[in-house]
Amino acid sequence: MQLTNRAKKLEKKPMTLAERAYLPAIFQGLSITMRHFFMKKATVRYPEEVRPFSPVFRGLHVLKRDEQGRERCTACGLCAVACPAEAITMVAGERKKGEEGLYREEKYAISYEINMLRCIFCGLCEEACPKAAVYLQPDKIAPPRYERDEFIYGKDRLVEPVSPDARSVRGIQLTPEQADALRNKLAQQPA
Amino acid sequence: MIELPALGWQSIVIFVVFALSLLIATYCTYAERVIAAFLQDRVGPDRAGPYGLLQPLADAVKMFTKEEFFPGGANKALFIFGPCLAMITALMSSAVIPFGNNVSFGNNSFFLQGIEVNVGMLWVFGVVSLGVYGVMIGGWASNNKFSLLGAVRAASQNISYELAMGMSLIAVLMMSGTLSLREITLQQSVAGEWHFWNIVKQPLGFIIFCVCAFAETNRTPFDLPECETELVGGYHTEYSSMKLGLYLFAEYINIFVASAVMSVLYFGGFNFPFQYELRDWLVSSQGWELASAQNLITVLGTVGLFAKIFGFIFFFMWVRWTLPRFRYDQLMRLGWTILIPLAVVNILITGGLILFGVIQ
Repeated sequence: MQLTNRAKKLEKKPMTLAERAYLPAIFQGLSITMRHFFMKKATVRYPEEVRPFSPVFRGLHVLKRDEQGRERCTACGLCAVACPAEAITMVAGERKKGEEGLYREEKYAISYEINMLRCIFCGLCEEACPKAAVYLQPDKIAPPRYERDEFIYGKDRLVEPVSPDARSVRGIQLTPEQADALRNKLAQQPA
Repeated sequence: MIELPALGWQSIVIFVVFALSLLIATYCTYAERVIAAFLQDRVGPDRAGPYGLLQPLADAVKMFTKEEFFPGGANKALFIFGPCLAMITALMSSAVIPFGNNVSFGNNSFFLQGIEVNVGMLWVFGVVSLGVYGVMIGGWASNNKFSLLGAVRAASQNISYELAMGMSLIAVLMMSGTLSLREITLQQSVAGEWHFWNIVKQPLGFIIFCVCAFAETNRTPFDLPECETELVGGYHTEYSSMKLGLYLFAEYINIFVASAVMSVLYFGGFNFPFQYELRDWLVSSQGWELASAQNLITVLGTVGLFAKIFGFIFFFMWVRWTLPRFRYDQLMRLGWTILIPLAVVNILITGGLILFGVIQ
Protein backbone atom coordinates (compact mmCIF):
# COMPACT_ATOMS: atom_id res chain seq x y z
CA MET A 1 0.00 0.00 0.00
CA GLN A 2 1.33 3.37 -0.93
CA LEU A 3 1.05 5.86 1.92
CA THR A 4 3.04 8.78 0.54
CA ASN A 5 4.51 9.74 -2.79
CA ARG A 6 7.89 10.46 -1.25
CA ALA A 7 9.30 7.00 -1.74
CA LYS A 8 12.21 7.07 -4.14
CA LYS A 9 12.41 4.50 -6.86
CA LEU A 10 15.83 2.91 -6.58
CA GLU A 11 17.59 1.30 -9.46
CA LYS A 12 20.42 -1.05 -8.78
CA LYS A 13 22.97 -0.11 -11.36
CA PRO A 14 26.75 0.19 -11.09
CA MET A 15 27.98 3.45 -9.63
CA THR A 16 29.39 6.10 -11.86
CA LEU A 17 32.97 7.24 -11.47
CA ALA A 18 31.91 10.36 -9.58
CA GLU A 19 29.92 8.26 -7.15
CA ARG A 20 32.77 5.82 -6.66
CA ALA A 21 35.27 8.59 -6.08
CA TYR A 22 33.14 9.52 -3.05
CA LEU A 23 34.62 13.02 -2.95
CA PRO A 24 31.59 14.81 -4.51
CA ALA A 25 29.36 13.15 -1.93
CA ILE A 26 31.71 14.26 0.82
CA PHE A 27 31.59 17.86 -0.35
CA GLN A 28 27.81 17.66 -0.57
CA GLY A 29 27.70 16.45 3.01
CA LEU A 30 30.15 19.11 4.14
CA SER A 31 28.02 21.82 2.54
CA ILE A 32 24.94 20.53 4.34
CA THR A 33 26.65 20.60 7.74
CA MET A 34 28.12 24.01 7.00
CA ARG A 35 24.61 25.31 6.29
CA HIS A 36 23.55 24.01 9.68
CA PHE A 37 26.55 25.73 11.26
CA PHE A 38 25.01 29.11 10.48
CA MET A 39 21.40 28.17 11.19
CA LYS A 40 19.47 29.49 14.15
CA LYS A 41 20.06 27.23 17.12
CA ALA A 42 17.22 25.31 18.69
CA THR A 43 18.65 25.51 22.20
CA VAL A 44 16.77 27.39 24.93
CA ARG A 45 19.26 28.33 27.66
CA TYR A 46 16.84 27.29 30.36
CA PRO A 47 17.33 29.10 33.64
CA GLU A 48 17.96 32.43 31.92
CA GLU A 49 15.58 31.89 29.06
CA VAL A 50 12.23 30.20 29.56
CA ARG A 51 10.26 28.67 26.76
CA PRO A 52 6.78 30.28 26.83
CA PHE A 53 4.05 28.04 28.21
CA SER A 54 0.80 27.44 26.39
CA PRO A 55 -2.16 29.27 27.97
CA VAL A 56 -3.86 25.91 28.59
CA PHE A 57 -0.78 24.42 30.27
CA ARG A 58 -1.62 22.61 33.51
CA GLY A 59 1.11 23.28 36.04
CA LEU A 60 1.42 23.66 39.78
CA HIS A 61 -1.82 23.76 41.77
CA VAL A 62 -3.09 26.74 43.71
CA LEU A 63 -5.85 26.98 46.31
CA LYS A 64 -7.70 30.18 45.55
CA ARG A 65 -9.16 32.74 47.91
CA ASP A 66 -12.31 34.74 47.33
CA GLU A 67 -12.50 38.51 46.86
CA GLN A 68 -12.25 39.10 50.60
CA GLY A 69 -9.20 36.92 51.02
CA ARG A 70 -11.02 33.94 52.50
CA GLU A 71 -10.11 30.39 51.52
CA ARG A 72 -12.67 28.98 49.13
CA CYS A 73 -11.99 25.30 49.87
CA THR A 74 -14.55 23.57 52.05
CA ALA A 75 -12.80 20.23 52.19
CA CYS A 76 -15.63 18.42 50.44
CA GLY A 77 -13.17 15.86 49.08
CA LEU A 78 -14.49 15.83 45.52
CA CYS A 79 -11.05 16.63 44.13
CA ALA A 80 -9.54 13.70 46.03
CA VAL A 81 -12.28 11.44 44.65
CA ALA A 82 -11.75 12.71 41.13
CA CYS A 83 -7.99 12.34 41.31
CA PRO A 84 -6.94 9.31 39.22
CA ALA A 85 -3.49 9.26 40.80
CA GLU A 86 -4.75 9.56 44.40
CA ALA A 87 -2.42 12.42 45.00
CA ILE A 88 -4.70 14.59 47.13
CA THR A 89 -5.38 14.11 50.85
CA MET A 90 -7.15 16.48 53.18
CA VAL A 91 -8.46 16.78 56.73
CA ALA A 92 -11.69 18.71 57.19
CA GLY A 93 -12.39 20.92 60.17
CA GLU A 94 -15.20 23.14 61.47
CA ARG A 95 -14.82 26.89 61.34
CA LYS A 96 -14.82 28.45 64.81
CA LYS A 97 -16.31 31.72 65.81
CA GLY A 98 -14.06 34.63 64.85
CA GLU A 99 -12.56 32.80 61.86
CA GLU A 100 -15.14 34.10 59.40
CA GLY A 101 -12.51 36.30 57.80
CA LEU A 102 -10.29 33.29 57.10
CA TYR A 103 -12.64 30.70 55.67
CA ARG A 104 -15.57 31.26 53.38
CA GLU A 105 -17.72 28.30 54.46
CA GLU A 106 -18.40 26.72 57.85
CA LYS A 107 -16.24 23.75 56.94
CA TYR A 108 -12.66 24.16 55.81
CA ALA A 109 -9.52 22.12 55.19
CA ILE A 110 -7.27 21.92 58.24
CA SER A 111 -4.68 20.28 56.08
CA TYR A 112 -4.65 19.87 52.32
CA GLU A 113 -1.79 18.02 50.69
CA ILE A 114 -0.95 17.20 47.10
CA ASN A 115 1.88 14.80 46.34
CA MET A 116 3.49 16.25 43.23
CA LEU A 117 5.27 12.97 42.53
CA ARG A 118 1.95 11.17 42.23
CA CYS A 119 0.09 13.96 40.47
CA ILE A 120 -0.25 13.53 36.72
CA PHE A 121 -1.45 17.10 36.17
CA CYS A 122 -4.62 15.96 34.41
CA GLY A 123 -6.71 18.77 35.84
CA LEU A 124 -9.63 16.59 36.96
CA CYS A 125 -9.48 18.13 40.45
CA GLU A 126 -9.98 21.53 38.88
CA GLU A 127 -13.04 20.23 37.02
CA ALA A 128 -14.42 18.47 40.09
CA CYS A 129 -14.22 21.44 42.45
CA PRO A 130 -17.68 22.92 43.12
CA LYS A 131 -16.23 25.96 44.90
CA ALA A 132 -13.75 27.00 42.20
CA ALA A 133 -11.01 26.61 44.81
CA VAL A 134 -8.34 24.49 43.15
CA TYR A 135 -6.68 25.51 39.90
CA LEU A 136 -3.67 24.35 37.92
CA GLN A 137 -1.61 27.42 37.09
CA PRO A 138 -0.53 27.78 33.46
CA ASP A 139 2.78 29.47 34.30
CA LYS A 140 4.28 27.51 37.18
CA ILE A 141 5.77 24.04 37.39
CA ALA A 142 6.75 21.94 40.40
CA PRO A 143 10.49 22.58 40.64
CA PRO A 144 12.97 19.74 41.15
CA ARG A 145 13.89 18.89 44.75
CA TYR A 146 16.37 16.62 46.48
CA GLU A 147 14.00 14.85 48.89
CA ARG A 148 10.75 13.01 48.29
CA ASP A 149 9.15 14.75 51.29
CA GLU A 150 9.63 18.07 49.63
CA PHE A 151 7.26 17.10 46.85
CA ILE A 152 4.31 16.84 49.23
CA TYR A 153 2.86 20.30 48.99
CA GLY A 154 0.85 21.40 52.04
CA LYS A 155 -1.38 24.40 52.47
CA ASP A 156 1.68 26.55 53.17
CA ARG A 157 2.74 26.22 49.52
CA LEU A 158 -0.64 25.72 47.87
CA VAL A 159 -2.86 28.48 49.22
CA GLU A 160 -2.78 31.66 47.25
CA PRO A 161 -0.96 34.36 49.20
CA VAL A 162 -3.17 37.20 50.45
CA SER A 163 -2.44 40.59 49.11
CA PRO A 164 -1.46 42.83 52.07
CA ASP A 165 -4.27 45.22 51.18
CA ALA A 166 -6.87 42.50 51.79
CA ARG A 167 -5.34 41.28 55.06
CA SER A 168 -7.01 41.90 58.39
CA VAL A 169 -5.97 41.42 61.99
CA ARG A 170 -8.82 40.03 64.11
CA GLY A 171 -11.42 41.21 61.65
CA ILE A 172 -10.07 44.75 61.32
CA GLN A 173 -8.81 45.76 57.87
CA LEU A 174 -5.15 46.83 57.75
CA THR A 175 -4.50 50.52 57.14
CA PRO A 176 -2.53 51.32 53.96
CA GLU A 177 0.57 52.06 56.08
CA GLN A 178 0.32 48.72 57.84
CA ALA A 179 -0.19 47.02 54.48
CA ASP A 180 2.95 48.68 53.11
CA ALA A 181 4.95 47.67 56.17
CA LEU A 182 3.75 44.09 55.73
CA ARG A 183 4.61 44.16 52.03
CA ASN A 184 8.16 45.31 52.83
CA LYS A 185 8.52 42.62 55.45
CA LEU A 186 7.36 39.96 53.01
CA ALA A 187 9.70 41.26 50.32
CA GLN A 188 12.69 40.93 52.64
CA GLN A 189 11.94 37.36 53.57
CA PRO A 190 13.60 34.78 51.41
CA ALA A 191 11.19 32.88 49.27
CA MET B 1 71.02 44.03 23.03
CA ILE B 2 70.25 40.48 24.03
CA GLU B 3 73.03 37.97 23.55
CA LEU B 4 71.48 34.56 23.24
CA PRO B 5 73.34 31.44 22.30
CA ALA B 6 71.50 29.57 19.58
CA LEU B 7 70.79 26.67 21.93
CA GLY B 8 69.15 28.97 24.48
CA TRP B 9 66.98 30.48 21.82
CA GLN B 10 65.96 27.08 20.56
CA SER B 11 65.03 25.88 24.02
CA ILE B 12 62.81 28.94 24.41
CA VAL B 13 61.12 28.15 21.09
CA ILE B 14 60.72 24.51 22.09
CA PHE B 15 59.21 25.50 25.42
CA VAL B 16 56.78 27.92 23.77
CA VAL B 17 55.79 25.30 21.18
CA PHE B 18 55.31 22.76 23.98
CA ALA B 19 53.07 25.13 25.93
CA LEU B 20 51.21 26.12 22.78
CA SER B 21 50.59 22.50 21.79
CA LEU B 22 49.09 21.81 25.20
CA LEU B 23 47.01 24.98 25.12
CA ILE B 24 45.74 24.27 21.63
CA ALA B 25 44.94 20.67 22.54
CA THR B 26 43.06 21.90 25.61
CA TYR B 27 40.97 24.28 23.61
CA CYS B 28 40.50 21.70 20.86
CA THR B 29 38.33 19.75 23.29
CA TYR B 30 36.21 22.84 23.75
CA ALA B 31 36.23 23.69 20.04
CA GLU B 32 35.26 20.14 19.14
CA ARG B 33 32.22 20.28 21.37
CA VAL B 34 31.16 23.73 20.23
CA ILE B 35 31.64 22.89 16.55
CA ALA B 36 29.77 19.61 16.97
CA ALA B 37 26.96 21.51 18.64
CA PHE B 38 26.84 24.20 15.98
CA LEU B 39 26.75 21.65 13.19
CA GLN B 40 23.81 20.00 14.96
CA ASP B 41 21.86 23.23 15.61
CA ARG B 42 22.83 23.33 19.28
CA VAL B 43 24.98 25.81 21.18
CA GLY B 44 27.35 23.49 23.07
CA PRO B 45 28.97 24.11 26.44
CA ASP B 46 28.27 27.66 27.59
CA ARG B 47 28.00 27.37 31.37
CA ALA B 48 31.60 27.52 32.63
CA GLY B 49 32.75 31.11 32.27
CA PRO B 50 31.87 33.45 29.40
CA TYR B 51 30.79 31.36 26.39
CA GLY B 52 31.91 28.29 28.31
CA LEU B 53 35.57 29.22 27.83
CA LEU B 54 36.53 27.72 31.19
CA GLN B 55 35.08 24.35 30.18
CA PRO B 56 38.53 22.78 29.52
CA LEU B 57 39.52 23.77 33.05
CA ALA B 58 36.44 22.05 34.45
CA ASP B 59 37.19 19.00 32.34
CA ALA B 60 40.77 18.92 33.61
CA VAL B 61 39.58 19.07 37.22
CA LYS B 62 37.19 16.23 36.47
CA MET B 63 39.91 14.18 34.79
CA PHE B 64 42.39 14.65 37.62
CA THR B 65 39.94 13.86 40.41
CA LYS B 66 38.62 10.64 38.88
CA GLU B 67 39.64 7.27 40.22
CA GLU B 68 42.81 5.75 38.80
CA PHE B 69 41.65 2.33 37.79
CA PHE B 70 43.82 -0.63 36.93
CA PRO B 71 41.99 -3.59 35.43
CA GLY B 72 42.70 -6.99 36.90
CA GLY B 73 45.37 -8.90 35.03
CA ALA B 74 46.66 -5.79 33.32
CA ASN B 75 50.36 -5.27 32.87
CA LYS B 76 50.65 -2.29 35.18
CA ALA B 77 53.94 -0.87 33.95
CA LEU B 78 52.92 -0.99 30.29
CA PHE B 79 49.44 0.22 31.20
CA ILE B 80 51.02 3.43 32.49
CA PHE B 81 53.65 3.54 29.77
CA GLY B 82 51.10 3.49 26.92
CA PRO B 83 49.51 6.92 27.42
CA CYS B 84 52.90 8.40 28.35
CA LEU B 85 54.38 7.23 25.05
CA ALA B 86 51.39 8.52 23.09
CA MET B 87 51.76 11.92 24.73
CA ILE B 88 55.57 12.11 24.40
CA THR B 89 55.56 11.28 20.70
CA ALA B 90 52.72 13.71 20.04
CA LEU B 91 54.66 16.51 21.73
CA MET B 92 57.98 15.62 20.11
CA SER B 93 56.78 15.82 16.54
CA SER B 94 56.14 19.56 16.60
CA ALA B 95 59.79 20.34 17.35
CA VAL B 96 60.90 20.55 13.72
CA ILE B 97 58.00 22.58 12.37
CA PRO B 98 59.06 26.07 11.29
CA PHE B 99 56.58 28.40 12.92
CA GLY B 100 58.00 31.56 11.47
CA ASN B 101 60.74 33.17 9.44
CA ASN B 102 63.80 34.66 11.10
CA VAL B 103 63.63 37.42 13.67
CA SER B 104 66.60 39.55 14.55
CA PHE B 105 67.62 41.39 17.70
CA GLY B 106 70.61 43.55 16.93
CA ASN B 107 73.21 41.26 15.45
CA ASN B 108 71.47 38.04 16.38
CA SER B 109 69.12 36.45 13.94
CA PHE B 110 67.00 33.48 14.86
CA PHE B 111 64.58 31.24 13.11
CA LEU B 112 61.24 30.56 14.80
CA GLN B 113 61.76 26.83 14.82
CA GLY B 114 62.60 24.34 17.56
CA ILE B 115 65.32 22.38 15.83
CA GLU B 116 66.37 22.65 12.24
CA VAL B 117 67.39 19.25 10.99
CA ASN B 118 67.95 18.42 7.36
CA VAL B 119 65.66 15.38 7.75
CA GLY B 120 62.77 17.34 9.27
CA MET B 121 60.06 15.52 7.38
CA LEU B 122 61.56 12.15 8.28
CA TRP B 123 61.62 13.22 11.91
CA VAL B 124 57.89 13.97 11.84
CA PHE B 125 57.19 10.68 10.11
CA GLY B 126 59.31 8.65 12.48
CA VAL B 127 57.93 10.17 15.62
CA VAL B 128 54.33 9.99 14.43
CA SER B 129 54.82 6.31 13.57
CA LEU B 130 56.14 5.78 17.09
CA GLY B 131 52.86 7.22 18.36
CA VAL B 132 51.02 4.10 17.37
CA TYR B 133 53.16 2.21 19.88
CA GLY B 134 51.46 4.15 22.67
CA VAL B 135 48.09 3.00 21.38
CA MET B 136 49.31 -0.56 20.83
CA ILE B 137 50.95 -0.92 24.23
CA GLY B 138 48.03 0.65 26.06
CA GLY B 139 45.47 -1.48 24.27
CA TRP B 140 47.45 -4.66 24.75
CA ALA B 141 48.29 -4.03 28.41
CA SER B 142 44.64 -3.49 29.33
CA ASN B 143 43.88 -7.22 29.25
CA ASN B 144 40.62 -6.50 27.47
CA LYS B 145 39.55 -7.89 24.13
CA PHE B 146 37.99 -4.64 22.98
CA SER B 147 41.16 -2.74 23.82
CA LEU B 148 43.25 -5.30 22.00
CA LEU B 149 41.01 -5.15 18.93
CA GLY B 150 41.25 -1.36 18.93
CA ALA B 151 45.02 -1.54 19.26
CA VAL B 152 45.37 -4.03 16.43
CA ARG B 153 43.15 -1.92 14.23
CA ALA B 154 45.19 1.18 15.06
CA ALA B 155 48.41 -0.57 14.14
CA SER B 156 47.22 -2.01 10.84
CA GLN B 157 45.50 1.23 9.88
CA ASN B 158 48.57 3.32 10.62
CA ILE B 159 50.83 1.01 8.67
CA SER B 160 48.49 0.94 5.66
CA TYR B 161 48.05 4.67 5.46
CA GLU B 162 51.63 5.59 6.21
CA LEU B 163 52.58 4.01 2.89
CA ALA B 164 50.25 6.17 0.86
CA MET B 165 51.17 9.19 2.95
CA GLY B 166 54.86 8.70 2.36
CA MET B 167 54.35 8.19 -1.37
CA SER B 168 52.25 11.33 -1.70
CA LEU B 169 55.02 13.13 0.12
CA ILE B 170 57.67 11.86 -2.27
CA ALA B 171 56.15 13.97 -5.01
CA VAL B 172 56.65 17.07 -2.88
CA LEU B 173 60.19 16.04 -2.03
CA MET B 174 60.96 15.50 -5.72
CA MET B 175 60.11 19.14 -6.34
CA SER B 176 61.85 20.54 -3.27
CA GLY B 177 64.90 18.28 -3.32
CA THR B 178 65.16 18.49 0.45
CA LEU B 179 63.55 17.00 3.54
CA SER B 180 64.08 20.13 5.61
CA LEU B 181 60.74 21.70 6.43
CA ARG B 182 62.37 25.13 6.58
CA GLU B 183 63.72 24.74 3.07
CA ILE B 184 60.39 23.46 1.76
CA THR B 185 58.65 26.47 3.29
CA LEU B 186 61.15 28.97 1.94
CA GLN B 187 60.98 27.47 -1.54
CA GLN B 188 57.26 28.13 -1.70
CA SER B 189 57.76 31.85 -1.83
CA VAL B 190 60.70 33.53 -3.50
CA ALA B 191 61.21 37.29 -3.49
CA GLY B 192 60.60 38.95 -6.80
CA GLU B 193 59.18 35.88 -8.50
CA TRP B 194 55.63 34.76 -9.11
CA HIS B 195 55.65 31.65 -6.97
CA PHE B 196 52.89 29.29 -6.04
CA TRP B 197 52.31 27.21 -2.94
CA ASN B 198 52.67 23.48 -3.35
CA ILE B 199 48.91 22.93 -3.31
CA VAL B 200 48.75 24.37 -6.82
CA LYS B 201 51.39 21.94 -8.07
CA GLN B 202 50.28 18.95 -6.01
CA PRO B 203 46.47 18.94 -5.72
CA LEU B 204 46.21 15.15 -5.95
CA GLY B 205 49.09 14.68 -3.56
CA PHE B 206 47.42 17.01 -1.10
CA ILE B 207 44.14 15.09 -1.20
CA ILE B 208 45.98 11.80 -0.60
CA PHE B 209 48.05 13.34 2.18
CA CYS B 210 44.96 14.85 3.79
CA VAL B 211 43.02 11.58 3.75
CA CYS B 212 46.02 9.77 5.20
CA ALA B 213 46.41 12.45 7.87
CA PHE B 214 42.83 11.74 8.94
CA ALA B 215 43.65 8.04 9.17
CA GLU B 216 46.93 8.64 11.01
CA THR B 217 45.28 10.76 13.68
CA ASN B 218 42.45 8.23 14.11
CA ARG B 219 39.79 10.76 13.23
CA THR B 220 36.38 10.07 11.78
CA PRO B 221 35.78 8.62 9.19
CA PHE B 222 38.81 6.50 10.14
CA ASP B 223 38.28 6.29 13.89
CA LEU B 224 38.03 2.53 13.95
CA PRO B 225 40.58 2.06 16.75
CA GLU B 226 38.30 3.83 19.19
CA CYS B 227 34.88 3.42 17.65
CA GLU B 228 32.52 3.44 20.59
CA THR B 229 29.68 1.77 18.71
CA GLU B 230 31.66 -1.41 18.14
CA LEU B 231 34.52 -1.55 20.61
CA VAL B 232 33.16 0.26 23.70
CA GLY B 233 36.04 2.72 23.71
CA GLY B 234 38.59 0.92 21.57
CA TYR B 235 42.14 0.97 22.90
CA HIS B 236 41.26 3.27 25.79
CA THR B 237 38.27 1.26 27.05
CA GLU B 238 39.97 0.46 30.36
CA TYR B 239 41.51 3.87 30.86
CA SER B 240 40.19 6.39 33.32
CA SER B 241 41.35 9.57 34.99
CA MET B 242 44.23 11.53 33.50
CA LYS B 243 45.62 8.51 31.64
CA LEU B 244 42.54 8.67 29.46
CA GLY B 245 43.09 12.42 29.37
CA LEU B 246 46.60 11.90 28.02
CA TYR B 247 45.28 9.72 25.19
CA LEU B 248 42.64 12.27 24.24
CA PHE B 249 45.20 15.05 24.52
CA ALA B 250 47.66 13.17 22.36
CA GLU B 251 44.98 12.81 19.70
CA TYR B 252 44.37 16.55 19.62
CA ILE B 253 48.07 17.35 19.60
CA ASN B 254 48.43 14.95 16.67
CA ILE B 255 45.70 16.85 14.87
CA PHE B 256 47.54 20.07 15.55
CA VAL B 257 50.79 18.63 14.21
CA ALA B 258 49.09 17.12 11.17
CA SER B 259 47.47 20.49 10.44
CA ALA B 260 50.83 22.21 10.85
CA VAL B 261 52.54 19.74 8.52
CA MET B 262 49.85 20.14 5.88
CA SER B 263 50.11 23.91 6.13
CA VAL B 264 53.88 23.79 5.80
CA LEU B 265 54.04 21.26 2.98
CA TYR B 266 51.17 22.41 0.82
CA PHE B 267 49.98 25.83 1.97
CA GLY B 268 53.19 27.77 2.12
CA GLY B 269 53.84 27.54 5.85
CA PHE B 270 54.50 30.99 7.24
CA ASN B 271 54.47 32.61 3.80
CA PHE B 272 51.62 34.85 2.86
CA PRO B 273 50.88 36.61 -0.43
CA PHE B 274 52.77 39.83 -1.18
CA GLN B 275 54.99 39.56 1.90
CA TYR B 276 58.11 40.75 0.09
CA GLU B 277 56.22 43.57 -1.55
CA LEU B 278 54.97 44.62 1.89
CA ARG B 279 58.50 44.49 3.31
CA ASP B 280 60.01 46.45 0.45
CA TRP B 281 57.25 49.02 0.67
CA LEU B 282 57.88 49.46 4.40
CA VAL B 283 61.59 49.89 3.81
CA SER B 284 61.46 52.12 0.78
CA SER B 285 58.50 54.42 1.40
CA GLN B 286 57.95 54.22 5.17
CA GLY B 287 61.62 54.46 6.14
CA TRP B 288 61.69 51.28 8.24
CA GLU B 289 64.89 49.41 8.87
CA LEU B 290 65.15 46.17 6.92
CA ALA B 291 65.48 44.12 10.13
CA SER B 292 62.38 45.51 11.81
CA ALA B 293 60.37 45.20 8.60
CA GLN B 294 61.47 41.58 8.39
CA ASN B 295 60.49 41.05 12.03
CA LEU B 296 57.03 42.39 11.29
CA ILE B 297 56.70 40.10 8.28
CA THR B 298 57.78 37.17 10.46
CA VAL B 299 55.17 37.94 13.10
CA LEU B 300 52.47 38.30 10.45
CA GLY B 301 53.63 35.06 8.86
CA THR B 302 53.44 33.21 12.18
CA VAL B 303 49.93 34.54 12.69
CA GLY B 304 49.11 33.42 9.16
CA LEU B 305 50.53 29.95 9.76
CA PHE B 306 48.41 29.58 12.87
CA ALA B 307 45.38 30.76 10.93
CA LYS B 308 46.05 27.99 8.40
CA ILE B 309 46.54 25.46 11.21
CA PHE B 310 43.30 26.47 12.91
CA GLY B 311 41.55 26.27 9.56
CA PHE B 312 42.75 22.69 9.18
CA ILE B 313 41.77 21.83 12.75
CA PHE B 314 38.32 23.19 12.00
CA PHE B 315 38.24 21.08 8.86
CA PHE B 316 39.15 17.98 10.88
CA MET B 317 36.24 18.63 13.22
CA TRP B 318 33.87 19.61 10.44
CA VAL B 319 34.54 16.30 8.67
CA ARG B 320 34.16 14.37 11.92
CA TRP B 321 30.61 15.64 12.41
CA THR B 322 29.67 15.10 8.77
CA LEU B 323 30.89 11.69 7.66
CA PRO B 324 29.99 8.28 9.00
CA ARG B 325 32.74 5.83 9.89
CA PHE B 326 34.14 3.50 7.23
CA ARG B 327 33.72 -0.23 7.57
CA TYR B 328 36.96 -2.02 8.22
CA ASP B 329 37.18 -3.64 4.79
CA GLN B 330 36.33 -0.32 3.12
CA LEU B 331 39.15 1.30 5.07
CA MET B 332 41.65 -1.28 3.92
CA ARG B 333 40.42 -1.20 0.33
CA LEU B 334 40.67 2.58 0.23
CA GLY B 335 44.18 2.49 1.63
CA TRP B 336 45.70 -0.32 -0.40
CA THR B 337 43.85 -0.37 -3.70
CA ILE B 338 43.04 3.30 -4.21
CA LEU B 339 45.34 5.65 -2.32
CA ILE B 340 48.63 3.83 -2.89
CA PRO B 341 48.15 3.43 -6.70
CA LEU B 342 46.98 7.05 -6.86
CA ALA B 343 50.09 8.14 -5.00
CA VAL B 344 52.26 6.20 -7.44
CA VAL B 345 50.47 7.83 -10.38
CA ASN B 346 51.03 11.17 -8.71
CA ILE B 347 54.74 10.47 -8.45
CA LEU B 348 54.85 9.54 -12.15
CA ILE B 349 52.97 12.68 -13.19
CA THR B 350 55.20 14.86 -11.03
CA GLY B 351 58.30 13.18 -12.42
CA GLY B 352 57.09 13.76 -15.97
CA LEU B 353 56.29 17.40 -15.31
CA ILE B 354 59.70 17.96 -13.72
CA LEU B 355 61.37 16.20 -16.64
CA PHE B 356 59.68 18.49 -19.15
CA GLY B 357 60.33 21.51 -16.98
CA VAL B 358 56.72 22.45 -16.35
CA ILE B 359 57.29 22.62 -12.62
CA GLN B 360 60.46 22.54 -10.60
